[in-house]
Amino acid sequence: MRHWFRRRRRAIVCRDAVALMAAYLDGALPEGDRARLEDHLGGCPHCSEYLAQLRVVIDVSGEVTPDDLDDHALDELVDLYRLWRSG
Amino acid sequence: MVVADIRHPSGVPWLPVADDRELVERLQAGDETAFVELVRTYQTRLQRLAESVVSSRSVAEEVVQDTWLAVVRGVERFEGRSTLKTWLFHILLNRARSAAGREHRAPPLADDDLGERFDSNGAWANPPVPWADAVEDRLIAQRLASRVRDILPELPEAQRQVLLLRDFEGISASEVCDLLGVSDGNQRVLLHRARVHLRRQLDAEMHS
Repeated sequence: MRHWFRRRRRAIVCRDAVALMAAYLDGALPEGDRARLEDHLGGCPHCSEYLAQLRVVIDVSGEVTPDDLDDHALDELVDLYRLWRSG
Repeated sequence: MVVADIRHPSGVPWLPVADDRELVERLQAGDETAFVELVRTYQTRLQRLAESVVSSRSVAEEVVQDTWLAVVRGVERFEGRSTLKTWLFHILLNRARSAAGREHRAPPLADDDLGERFDSNGAWANPPVPWADAVEDRLIAQRLASRVRDILPELPEAQRQVLLLRDFEGISASEVCDLLGVSDGNQRVLLHRARVHLRRQLDAEMHS
């Protein structure tokens, strides 16, 4: 039965799949679109790789470290803090 | 002065939400070490975000300093309805927009430009060459992270702001919409464009 439903579902092309990926990555795709995208990904190594690369972009962005804080800037802010607190 | 250096395994200083209340209470009590802790955690991140709104580094520095003043003066009224981080970014973005001297209004965005090319049947014109698996190697991941940091200033301002808040800072989509005054659809289009640009640059890096 499930197989019958899967075959009836309108297939999508790579262009549609890429258009759905941003919402998919946010978990914001309606069920029907999510199922269509996942069907497509199951049979399309190019789109699967593209999605994997977008996930790399997200993971790697989360690993970018902040710039170092120089001690001089910190000292200056602490001086300002004392001024603000006393004022 | 001994200040706790809070870092997670990737080396990024962070403050877990559970610690907000304790830190806020110390700030409200005028504890200077709490202020130092906050500056150590956020100063350069605020600076990076400010630079995505105002044009010059020195104006961004002033915006960050104004933000700290507002934090010191306003922490009495902080009620914890958002995280401390979101509150800081909210103050910073408001001040940065005033400094930029322009009305903040997000333009409507067409979401039909996917940034990739397809043939008339909707199939890839140039299918992506696989490399995602290789990034499990820590050294490669670090190289790419360093590349992302370098590419960041190339991104258009609105894309950069969404990317910084969503993917660098891990702030939720709905909070980002509030912070930037954009619709959910717009923030997603901006984020997607930013990621597509980065993906292309990382693709080039992986083949260099």
